Amino acid sequence: MENLDALVNEALAKVASASEENALYQVQVEYLGKKGTITSLLKTLGKLSNEERPKAGALINEGKVTVQTAINVRKTDLQTIALAEKLAAEKIDVTLSGRNQQEGGLHPVTRTLERIEAFFTNVGYNVAEGPEVEDDFHNFEALNIPSHHPARAMHDTFYFNANTLLRTHTSPVQVRTMETQEPPIRVICPGRVYRCDSDITHTPMFHQIEGLLVDKDVSFADLKGTVQQFLKVFFEKDLAVRFRPSYFPFTEPSAEVDMECVMCSGKGCRVCSHTGWLEVMGCGMVHPKVFKESGVDAEKYSGFAFGMGVERLAMLRYGVNDLRLFFENDLRFLQQFR
Amino acid sequence: MQFSELWLREWANPALETQELVDQITMAGLEVDAIEAAAGEFSGIVVGQILSFEKHPEADKLNVCKVTDGSEEFQIVCGAPNVREGMKIPFAKIKAVLPGDFKIKKAKLRGVESFGMLCAEEELGLADKSDGLWDLPSDAPLGVCMREYLGLSRDGRDDKIIDVDLTPNRGDCLSLAGLSREVGVLNKVDVTAPVIEAVAATIDDAIDVQLQAPDACPRYVGRVIKGINIKAASPLWMQEKLRRSGIRSIDPVVDVTNYVLLELGQPMHAFDLAKLDGGIIVRKAQQDETLVLLDDQEVKLKADTLVIADNSKALAMAGVMGGADSGVNASETQDILLESAYFNPIAIAGKARNYGLHTDSSHRFERGVDFELQRTAIERATSLLLEIVGGEAGPVVEKTSEADLPSCAEITLVEANIEKMLGLTIEASEVEEILVRLGMNVSNVEGGWKVIAPSYRFDMAIEADLIEELARIYGYNRLPVRTPMAATPLLPVPENELAMKDVRRQLVGRGYQEAITYSFVEPGVQKLLDPEVAPLALANPISADLSVMRTNLWAGLVQTAVHNIKRQQPRVRLFETGLSFVPQPGKDPSNLDESLVQDPKLAMLLTGSRTEQSWSEGEQGVDFFDLKGDFESLLARTGSQARYSFVPAEHPALQPGQTASIELDGIAVGWIGALHPNLAKPLGLKQAVYLLEISLKAVRQVEVPAFKPLSKFPEMRRDLALVVTDATPVADVMSLIREKAGDYLTKLNLFDIYQGKGIDPDRKSLALGLTWQHPSRTLNEEEVNEAVENVLAHLADRIDAQLRG
Repeated sequence: MENLDALVNEALAKVASASEENALYQVQVEYLGKKGTITSLLKTLGKLSNEERPKAGALINEGKVTVQTAINVRKTDLQTIALAEKLAAEKIDVTLSGRNQQEGGLHPVTRTLERIEAFFTNVGYNVAEGPEVEDDFHNFEALNIPSHHPARAMHDTFYFNANTLLRTHTSPVQVRTMETQEPPIRVICPGRVYRCDSDITHTPMFHQIEGLLVDKDVSFADLKGTVQQFLKVFFEKDLAVRFRPSYFPFTEPSAEVDMECVMCSGKGCRVCSHTGWLEVMGCGMVHPKVFKESGVDAEKYSGFAFGMGVERLAMLRYGVNDLRLFFENDLRFLQQFR
Repeated sequence: MQFSELWLREWANPALETQELVDQITMAGLEVDAIEAAAGEFSGIVVGQILSFEKHPEADKLNVCKVTDGSEEFQIVCGAPNVREGMKIPFAKIKAVLPGDFKIKKAKLRGVESFGMLCAEEELGLADKSDGLWDLPSDAPLGVCMREYLGLSRDGRDDKIIDVDLTPNRGDCLSLAGLSREVGVLNKVDVTAPVIEAVAATIDDAIDVQLQAPDACPRYVGRVIKGINIKAASPLWMQEKLRRSGIRSIDPVVDVTNYVLLELGQPMHAFDLAKLDGGIIVRKAQQDETLVLLDDQEVKLKADTLVIADNSKALAMAGVMGGADSGVNASETQDILLESAYFNPIAIAGKARNYGLHTDSSHRFERGVDFELQRTAIERATSLLLEIVGGEAGPVVEKTSEADLPSCAEITLVEANIEKMLGLTIEASEVEEILVRLGMNVSNVEGGWKVIAPSYRFDMAIEADLIEELARIYGYNRLPVRTPMAATPLLPVPENELAMKDVRRQLVGRGYQEAITYSFVEPGVQKLLDPEVAPLALANPISADLSVMRTNLWAGLVQTAVHNIKRQQPRVRLFETGLSFVPQPGKDPSNLDESLVQDPKLAMLLTGSRTEQSWSEGEQGVDFFDLKGDFESLLARTGSQARYSFVPAEHPALQPGQTASIELDGIAVGWIGALHPNLAKPLGLKQAVYLLEISLKAVRQVEVPAFKPLSKFPEMRRDLALVVTDATPVADVMSLIREKAGDYLTKLNLFDIYQGKGIDPDRKSLALGLTWQHPSRTLNEEEVNEAVENVLAHLADRIDAQLRG
């Protein structure tokens, strides 16, 4: 019994000096195990008187608890130290770039077309496409542009032969759609178009997207509503929009649409030639002759169509200042449109 | 069309400022492109006269002039070469201001004092270039302010030149008469036209006119005027109006015809009567008949071209340009024949363009000239002309084929249709007023109106044309706005078709950048990349390097890669989608559907390092399998991978041994391979490039998932190490295994290829894992062993494959 304190102190010293969990286990076995030196003191209790026994037993147990507690505390400390070491060893520079980066992206024209298609397909328009090498009928005749028409001069057409050409607009897709589909028709026709013209503001190939809606009782008011809403959602801005009478052989009435310049908010700048307005699309009510050529009953149905240049919209939306960049495909340009 | 604002205001003068007027007509569909001052800004300049002049004592090129403004005399030092005694000139006095805010002060030139400046047209901003002082007409009133004298200001308003860009349907607005009609209707103001009275004939000379092509020229009005003074000068007011309309003064006859063209819209022509052989015959040209035009170019006429001829020769290309020989000659012409004709637009349209010509006359005739204007125009021209050049007029000769004249469109306008098309009602009285002011003859009928369009509105044919006129004058921006209402049936979204968006997103996710390249390419590059197909060639390419239609999408991508490699982009991965244009030889070229296949394709290009240069990866160049893997990742999205095979093949643009034909269900749908090393140099490449092209229709085919129950029973796996000849494609080994491995083979994968020590040099060892599983029971050893034996026997038999010892 006399050496209880000595044993406890001895055990506590070993606990304090233990540098790994295994050493603590040794202390546990040596002092507190079944045959441990402190545990063994319990066997000496029999030699004591009835009065002394409980008191001595309590002291021994107290000693055991003291050592056990010390072991537990030390164990937690060692675990904490070990974890800290592991963490320190595994520290990385989280500012390094991630592994295996893939840097791809869409062409800005596609990005623009996808947005526009989404606006319209969301409200029930279908996407329609057509051939780019077209015949004279679909590109001109069916659109009320006979061969002698002055409007042909404005189209700068690429020809293969007298009857075969590269489409100058996406309007032939409207004709092809109406030829094969009964109204109601709601389509949006994106695609490449071609004009024999190349300078700082023209490329011989560019993109258009056209919309066509044919149904009963479609009016110019519906056209105005559609166009206004489109420009607002496209530019995500409440822009002023105005309709100016114009002329397209395939629509009557026809209008040119101007919107408030997005660069200067209508104050006047270089982009809008200081007018505050930007001409962004043409539109109108489908001409009865076009309905006739496409096999739609003009007595029963009416419709509107609108068309616009995609590059121009993309330039205004993203602030691109040179049309020719779209077809140079310089990665430094393309990678700006992820 | 360019015109003077003050001239327009002589016809119709609404209470609007210039900008308001310009905005108004723009919003009515006559789009104004530009507004310019009619002259430079100047003040204090009056009509002066040179009384006398003498050489400057100190300078050869200067003169000291004595100049009067009508009340005082001034000494002016002047360097102009054309000073003349008695000459009237614009005289800028001290304190005058010239354009550019140039103030005139008293000056001393080489010791001689000068009290002002004598001016050239250029210095007043009236011409781009002048040779000397402006030699004003001798009747110019001394001392009068030049601005006033030139009519540059009226009622405190400086004249502006307004340039309006007219759409092709509005030929009726190519004159002051037409423009003022529009301004009149827009402002509800009356239009004042000049009074045009018939000029009585004072001589009997007339000329015979024959209309041999009456459908093309149904009306021809001519008039002989004799004894003119061609040297007379056109009055300044006329020269100024012409100038402000962008037309240079030539001689009085040409000036008058141009003036009438601008004023009324009737193109006219004048022949030198002495040059005519007999009467006028309006006929079609003989094929290859020659004619020297006014601009001195000789043209070979085509048989569809209308000409004005005399008894022996073509004199002029009708409605386009006169001939050099029969035209008025400013030094000798004495007698003329004036022509005022109506030519059918279809007879003129496109003809000028066929000869590379475009004139003020053809521009108007193509669009339609009022077919009732010819007589009025010739009377107007006669009276203007006689006043300037004198002479005697013969009777007006008119030949008309009434049956061939166009008829004025008669259109029924149903009142209810206005609302139907525009979404609002316009008061009946307003409808009538608009139409009447536009020159229509309007009468009431049940439920609407009967409208007869005027002879100058070639664009009026159907009811919609009238409704557009109403909308235009009422104002497009006052019309209502509505969201379209429609039935909203659900639209099909076929699950067996991969959306284009998803195709693109997958490739972008794999690091590919989308490119859009021209559909027409350089023929040499096209030939290198697809030598066996003759591409469709443009008849009128914009340039030689964009002259044939691509038969595959590689030319554009390769050139894009070259462009970017040159700009220090070592790693290029591109894709493009679009049509390829493959002619079908032997098919009828007029049947486009058969003779040309226009199919959507997807093309990919890969070159450079496998990954971006990075701290984490070593730099390795890409190879065939990088491209194939990227493509297969796309196939994985379709669930159709098992239907594809890559069959070793040869393509003239691709490297033999690194080329495969891509087959879907055994049908070739595309190509993948390394660009042939022989092509690298001609294409400007120094590094390996991998290319793929595939039919988009094929690659978008999606297998809709069909559920198979999950097996609860264990899998059995056997690994085989097979030695085959080096040339044996792995795909063949795999398909042979599948043929004999039984129905329950669920997985087959190649996990190693070994060549080297222990293996015959022309053989390779393939490590394959075969996994079987039965849906409803546990497979036993014997079954699997039997399958393996069948497989090995089959392989040994077919491709001499052995188990590796």
